[in-house]
Amino acid sequence: MANKLTPKDRLAIERVHMPEQDSSQRAANFSEVNLGLAEAAAIREAQRCLQCKNRKCVEGCPVRVDIPEFIAKVAQGDFAGAAEILQRRNVLPAVCGRVCPQETQCELVCVRGLKGSPVAIGHLERFVADWAMTHQNGQIIAPAAATGFKVAVVGAGPGGLTCAGELARLGHQVTVFEALHDPGGVLRYGIPEFRLPKRIVDYEVGNLVKLGVNIQCNVVVGKTITLEQIRRQFDACFVANGAGLPVFLKISGEDYNGVYSANEFLTRVNLMAAWKEGPGRTPIIRGRNVVVIGGGNVAMDAVRTARRLGAQHAMIFYRRTEAEMPARVEEIKHAKQEGVEFHLLESPLEIFGSDDGWVSGMKFQRMQLGEPDASGRRRPVPIPGSEHTVECDVVVVAVGAQANPLLTGSAPDLEVNKWGYIEVGPDGATSIPGIYAGGDIVRGSATVILAMGDGKTAAEAIDGYLRKLRDKG
Amino acid sequence: MFEVLENQTLAPSLHRLTVRAPLVAAARQPGQFVIVRKDEQGERIPLTIADADAGAGTIRLIVQAIGPSTQDIVATPAGGALRDVVGPLGKPTHLQKWGKVACVGGGVGTAVLYPLAKALAQRGNELYVIIGARSAPYVILADELAEFSKQVYVITEDGSLGRKGLVTAVLADMLSGTLPRPDAVFAVGPVPMMAAVAEQTRPHNIPTMVSLNPIMIDGTGMCGGCRVKIGGQTKFACVDGPEFDAHQVDFKGLANRLKMYQPRQDCRIGLGKEGR
Repeated sequence: MANKLTPKDRLAIERVHMPEQDSSQRAANFSEVNLGLAEAAAIREAQRCLQCKNRKCVEGCPVRVDIPEFIAKVAQGDFAGAAEILQRRNVLPAVCGRVCPQETQCELVCVRGLKGSPVAIGHLERFVADWAMTHQNGQIIAPAAATGFKVAVVGAGPGGLTCAGELARLGHQVTVFEALHDPGGVLRYGIPEFRLPKRIVDYEVGNLVKLGVNIQCNVVVGKTITLEQIRRQFDACFVANGAGLPVFLKISGEDYNGVYSANEFLTRVNLMAAWKEGPGRTPIIRGRNVVVIGGGNVAMDAVRTARRLGAQHAMIFYRRTEAEMPARVEEIKHAKQEGVEFHLLESPLEIFGSDDGWVSGMKFQRMQLGEPDASGRRRPVPIPGSEHTVECDVVVVAVGAQANPLLTGSAPDLEVNKWGYIEVGPDGATSIPGIYAGGDIVRGSATVILAMGDGKTAAEAIDGYLRKLRDKG
Repeated sequence: MFEVLENQTLAPSLHRLTVRAPLVAAARQPGQFVIVRKDEQGERIPLTIADADAGAGTIRLIVQAIGPSTQDIVATPAGGALRDVVGPLGKPTHLQKWGKVACVGGGVGTAVLYPLAKALAQRGNELYVIIGARSAPYVILADELAEFSKQVYVITEDGSLGRKGLVTAVLADMLSGTLPRPDAVFAVGPVPMMAAVAEQTRPHNIPTMVSLNPIMIDGTGMCGGCRVKIGGQTKFACVDGPEFDAHQVDFKGLANRLKMYQPRQDCRIGLGKEGR
């Protein structure tokens, strides 16, 4: 029995390896890369957890999953028990188990990581969520009795869905307004199928609907309805409409055909399913030589997608080194395994085009690392005379996003900072009472789990705000 | 789902749909558009809102069948439904009293022109509408536009209806004073037509507005696919437009980007450029 294991026994177990689809095969398909742990492997991995009294991993988790507790249940083979503990804190566990950067959060502070490898918390989370998906068929924790309060959530991305789920469990009546035609936000349009299958998003959203969350797609707040209308019809609101506008490089040639923002490239492939064959579908240019500019997760998603669309050379160009890349270690590793070429310390200068208006190549300049800049990362400095050209037929610009003014521009009372992001307090409260905000429209380009953390924090604050409303009565 | 209440054929492959979309109808202002998807397979097609009835909760869309996605939309009978209609998107037309306004519509562009023209007329402008088309069957909305216009000029390339030639011939007469001289010009149609109108009015310094129809996906500024150069600056037609100062538009760049999904040997054949 797991209980009888001594710490020495636990320490002797090696970290599990996540089974993966073979890299040569998967570079040509959109099926999920990580295959998930088998039951025996999950139990064994769970036995590595030392069940620390001081739960550092929980502090490292933006939604405060009771990590040692659910892992203890896994170690005992009680997967239903584990699923219940996981669901209590996390309304999107199958998503988090796939896309969270555990290595910089819960696993970073895991005591096992001090000497050797941390417990594979992310893999275990995914295992439990997937087990629940196949064995419990959408069984959910029943919501509390209806409070009679109505809350609006703007944006059905990870932040909005988390907030909606938490509030629905507390008995509030929640309506989510989504601009696109299907819910999920970045989980739908941004993260590719091979990292997060859309059936997982459908399943998690389905559970929220079972909880009583009403999701209205095709509603752009700021256009279809205003925040003011929401204020009149709802008792509180959480704004999580995402980052929005793509940033371009502002270099010559960005309007040639074949040049995409990462948002457009990924939206065509993911939301619009351009990777599937069939009539009437949204097209995508399948390049032979694809240059992706950037070093974040979005850049990795784009370049791995380009590879799967048939690129012979799917290339990352990044102006710093791999150590400075914001992308997850796993994404970089997977990209390399799939044949993605990394060109580091390269800064784009110009995009060339042919006479017929198509991109034909790019000019880059080599860089070296200088003194650290404001972000603490060493600043890339151009090496004079190192300009050189690269042939390419598709360019994807993945260097971030800026605040979308559609909602904020139509709500003058809502305070924003000089970059257009919404100003909030620690609990997500904005300058308007009853209106809370979180995710990328507050943080700029961040992560799924940080948006979820914001959604959870705001849900607690909104619940408190509504209780006060009721007490005032 | 958004119910189609009526489906009329205006011209070959050109239909006018009345669709129940109460939130859009209530919020809509002239010059704005919606994005429509017939079903799971369909592309997101931007379409100008030709008219709306907030009381009835309905909008009217004029749709030209070009590719499979638009063919599916126009094939939706009364009683059928569109899976997705989102909007109103884009900035409304900037309305002011100019005096005499020339409204120039080329082909299906006349459908985009109609709501602007109606709003300009309601604002007290005197409208001179030029409708251009390939031939008589493609002349649309002449009677509807006549209801609030001082004058409607029809011109066809083959001379089968009205004058023979291009819209620019009528506009040239207006600019030379042979016909009433306009204080402002609104032009919607194929890119070469809008570019030609811009060059005609530029020497006269007559304020000229065009409504652009670049390739678009989300319509909320997220993808940047609809970027156009306006006075050397990158703008997104979906949130900064669709109407822009014609004298500032890089029409050559726009025309090039509209070719992106036309067949090429080494890429997937697609129909990204559709609709509006």
